[in-house]
Amino acid sequence: MFGTGAWRLGRLMDPYAELSRLRNEMNRLFSLSTPTFVQAYPAVNIWVGDQEILITAELPGVDPEKIDISVLGDNLTLGGVREAESLQEDETYHRKERNGSRFSRTLQLPFRIDAAGIEARYEKGILKIAAPRAPEDKPKKIAIKAA
Amino acid sequence: MEKAHVDLQKQQAPTPVETERTRNRKVYVPKVDIYETREAMVLIADMPGVDEQSVDITLEKNILTITGNVEAPIYDGKTLAYAEYDTGDYQRAFTISDEVDRERITAMVKNGVLRLTLPKAEKAKVKKIAIKADK
Repeated sequence: MFGTGAWRLGRLMDPYAELSRLRNEMNRLFSLSTPTFVQAYPAVNIWVGDQEILITAELPGVDPEKIDISVLGDNLTLGGVREAESLQEDETYHRKERNGSRFSRTLQLPFRIDAAGIEARYEKGILKIAAPRAPEDKPKKIAIKAA
Repeated sequence: MEKAHVDLQKQQAPTPVETERTRNRKVYVPKVDIYETREAMVLIADMPGVDEQSVDITLEKNILTITGNVEAPIYDGKTLAYAEYDTGDYQRAFTISDEVDRERITAMVKNGVLRLTLPKAEKAKVKKIAIKADK
């Protein structure tokens, strides 16, 4: 006479409230699962100017003495070691999220750089490499002659 | 057109209502290591771009909050041609036990890494109990 199942409860059960709860739950699930993919370490940003290029990388806690930068043509390689904490015998980790390892990365730059003029600075855990363009690769201004 | 229409309307708040920051910057969660020694708890956080002036540590009740402000880098005459990371502030909070000696907490920032030492209170220090062999 009143049908079957939960619908018989009528006013007691609001299907829309249930639906919106489900939607919120799904939104929460999807927002958590940002795509994870293997990234080259360290992540770099490259700033380009007319005369030089600036490469910045976030490398917290690295001994600047242990960062190697080498250049070959338009390839720039940066490598180094991020040393892990060495714990004593009776010390234990509660949480270990930082990684300590060797890294090496080669970048191909959009133009050749002058290896002699490269300047690298490391401050606040950020490595900044400023490299001037090779003289033969600098943009040339072309004058237009009036006829 | 439809998008513009939506932006003009009031936005519904997510529930539960989140507290918002006044600075309109991205916020990152720094990666941390926490380890315990006999004397103290040590917290190490990777916060590249932060120095001793721009990091802020507060301990209220038993919530330890670490905040680091990083200004967006601007280089004159250069444009960002390729980007793999973005910059923003750092924020992370931990609940810590009451057994920390609040007066002796020390913090140090070096090379973008924050190192926080939370010494244990006298009463919480481990006492080694010798076990006697039954003869």
